[in-house]
Amino acid sequence: MFKSLESLVAEAAATGQSLPVVLQLAEADESGRPVSEVRERVRRVLLVMRAAVAEGLEGEVRSRSGLTGGRAARLQQGGPRLLGERVTMTLARAIATLEVNAAMGLIVAAPTAGAAGVLPAIVLAAGEYLEQDEDRLIDALIVAGGVGAVIAHRASLAGAEGGCQAETGSAAGMGAAAVTWLAGGSNDQVATAVALALQGMLGLICDPIGGLVEIPCIYRNASAAMQAFAAAEMALAGLDFPVSADEVIDVMGEVGHALPVKYRETAQGGLAATASARRLVQIQPSRHPSGISG
Amino acid sequence: MVSLFDILGPVMIGPSSSHTAGACRLGLMGRGILGGTPAHAAIKLHGSFAATGEGHGTHRALIGGLLGFAPDDLRLRSAYQEAEGAGLQYRFEEIDLGDDAHPNSAVLQLEKADATVEVTGASIGGGSILVTGIDGFHVELGGDYHTLVVLARDEPGTMATIAGLFARRGVNVATIRADRTGRRKDALMTLEVDERIADDVIAELRQYDWLRWARRVPKIAGG
Repeated sequence: MFKSLESLVAEAAATGQSLPVVLQLAEADESGRPVSEVRERVRRVLLVMRAAVAEGLEGEVRSRSGLTGGRAARLQQGGPRLLGERVTMTLARAIATLEVNAAMGLIVAAPTAGAAGVLPAIVLAAGEYLEQDEDRLIDALIVAGGVGAVIAHRASLAGAEGGCQAETGSAAGMGAAAVTWLAGGSNDQVATAVALALQGMLGLICDPIGGLVEIPCIYRNASAAMQAFAAAEMALAGLDFPVSADEVIDVMGEVGHALPVKYRETAQGGLAATASARRLVQIQPSRHPSGISG
Repeated sequence: MVSLFDILGPVMIGPSSSHTAGACRLGLMGRGILGGTPAHAAIKLHGSFAATGEGHGTHRALIGGLLGFAPDDLRLRSAYQEAEGAGLQYRFEEIDLGDDAHPNSAVLQLEKADATVEVTGASIGGGSILVTGIDGFHVELGGDYHTLVVLARDEPGTMATIAGLFARRGVNVATIRADRTGRRKDALMTLEVDERIADDVIAELRQYDWLRWARRVPKIAGG
């Protein structure tokens, strides 16, 4: 995969191919599998994403800890639609996937399980509101995957290494690229959208209550999805950013290294260390299943 | 090398790639190295696995892996009941493997009628795993390849014989590693290869008197 967005955009310019075509050829080349098989695997990714969103919106899922479950449905039903149906549903869809994840449901860890809500919310919204067919959504996921690969190479996708900016931040960058591409943006606008999304997520810590992928994760996925749309909207309008996407990614990596360990998925700082969080964690069920079964 | 599907995946049962999908894969590796479903499993959890495992489904995922369930198998959720049906008895304990051990480490002591094995490994992020110990021997197995694990008396030529089995079948060997307890004692060898290992490889190995045991561990990760 590509090690910079600059080289990805340059390859597309040199070959006259679209970003998803460049990326699926690179994947086929590196994995030794045909392009058709690459696309079929992405199709399954899309199917699992859709199913998880639908399951979460039904509102029946509950995590074992009891910390999450039912909020996506409550938002869908009771949200006042301050900025309209699309915003409310994007938030609800992001939360839906994370609630399914917390309840040991089937999800796609794209880019990670903890940030699994962002891309489905964005891709399903784009499919519906921008009237894109399934093949276009597969293209968009491939673009998002290419951006994620660049981030994985230059910085990190893991909260334990880079904080939440590395997880939901990266997902926002990937999602921004996907929407910008779907909406017909130029390749330079796609890169600008990545930069705009990531600059807004820099420094975000990973401080999950009880060490569980639940709170604040479900809400951070929702806000990261909005960040992605904001970035795409601005990039598509031609707004520029003076720092390249690759440089912003590098900064994200640098900030991640500088974050104290207590803000990197250890549940020892931030929200996880508050009195309210500690009260919640106390009421969780016992940590270990007992004795011998069977 | 990063694949698109490292980013757009894995497709998995939540909630955590390291604590759930990775734990499941450690169980799968344990099962493969034992050579089948264990009848007894003592599972020792270190660090973050011990501290936050239950909320992440780590225990169920490990049991599910031992039963042969993949990280995207919904039966991971009901792994305790599935274990009962499969006759797998299990026990969880905490263990302190020291500060140098990866925080998501586990030791699996596994038994079935004709075999016992102790497997040590860690979930190293994004659902990837690394098995670092088999019965006290140092190994490095990520489950990205089909793997042959051989315990043999440490004699000259054993490795060449084993490698020759693959050479004659035209199977490409990706990695070879060996660790031994001492000169002319026991050596544990691992060979990671590009293709599924044929049944007759094991049969052929059985004719050598230096062989203690050999098992084929199926590939559990990658495309």
